[in-house]
Amino acid sequence: MNQWKNFSKGLIKENPVFILLLGMCPTLGVTSSAINGLGMGLATTFVLVMSNIVVSMVKNHIPDKVRIPSFIVIIAAFVTIVQMLMQAYVPALYKSLGLFIPLIVVNCIVLGRAEAFASKNTPLSSTIDGLGMGFGFSFALTLLGAVREILGSGKIFDLPIYSEDYVTLLFVLPPGAFIVLAYLISIINRTKKA
Amino acid sequence: MAKRESTFSSMVVTLFVVTIIAAGALGIVNDLTKDIIEAAKLKAKNKAIRNVLPAFDEIKGEFKIQPETGGDSLEFYPAYKEGKLVGVAVKTYTKKGFSGLITIMAGIGADGNFTGYEVLEHKETPGLGSKMGVWFKNPEKPRRMVIGKNPISSKFTVSKDGGDIDAITASTITSRAFLDALTKAYDTYEKKFKTTPGTAPVSANN
Repeated sequence: MNQWKNFSKGLIKENPVFILLLGMCPTLGVTSSAINGLGMGLATTFVLVMSNIVVSMVKNHIPDKVRIPSFIVIIAAFVTIVQMLMQAYVPALYKSLGLFIPLIVVNCIVLGRAEAFASKNTPLSSTIDGLGMGFGFSFALTLLGAVREILGSGKIFDLPIYSEDYVTLLFVLPPGAFIVLAYLISIINRTKKA
Repeated sequence: MAKRESTFSSMVVTLFVVTIIAAGALGIVNDLTKDIIEAAKLKAKNKAIRNVLPAFDEIKGEFKIQPETGGDSLEFYPAYKEGKLVGVAVKTYTKKGFSGLITIMAGIGADGNFTGYEVLEHKETPGLGSKMGVWFKNPEKPRRMVIGKNPISSKFTVSKDGGDIDAITASTITSRAFLDALTKAYDTYEKKFKTTPGTAPVSANN
């Protein structure tokens, strides 16, 4: 029951994007299509889960004063691993996400969970917390990407829905990210209250 | 287990151990993925070459030349079918894009005309400049086409500048940059192969 809570809180109640407003840089930057959002979300999920596991296992061996640099080295190692794996197996996605993959290192969700959760909890809880937060982040990015792709390119996951002549280009451009995110946040807040 | 104290030696040892393990792990993953990454890059490049040239059997004698205008070298990939040169794929680029660098793989056939192109990398505006990947090869709009033409028989500038090619709507800068990259590829190609339009290149081996 408790573990379910650890998992589910990341999805809506403490969703990193919609509620905590963490990790705004990749959120706004890569979500010009649903597949980009999903790819970025899953890459971050992997880093989040792995760094949570490792941090929760070594937490007692790391002196307090050097914990942040140690966590960052651990996170950076996993980000580089993701980067190499993506380059090898999904080069097209890697190319479209570009600079945002190495920037997962400084994503505050990852360091935030390492510091706030994994360094105080068991490996099992930390894994589940990482999965919950990661899926919450992936869900948010995919939703944002899907809305922007439908409005801005007339497609969803690259499948055409309606003619490109009627799209509102604004939504795949940077201002569209802010507008769609604001609407999604207000809808989520509204439904949470109700 | 009690938390380790933050003494000087414990901090130094911890950071040392953490970085050593991280470096070791990265080394292993790098070893595992190095060849696959290389293969994936090569595959992407070969696919681009295949898309821009007529059918061919092999690529041989690839080389690089610096364009006359200076800057980075262009890569040339001569393609042969049954021992005969069918075309040359040129990896060209321009830095005049709306958002900087654009790299393009362009195919130049044995008759000296463009046979195709593929945009490899760009940061142009999505929905505007990014249309260049399809805009200049639409067979229903001959005024947009660059395929089947070359910068000597046609004027490779946008119609607004008095050229023969229609620019992408609302993306004149991208269109100019695109044509700049193709012209650069062609000029360098022409100098190397000393062709006149309509005749086969002399040699690809020197």
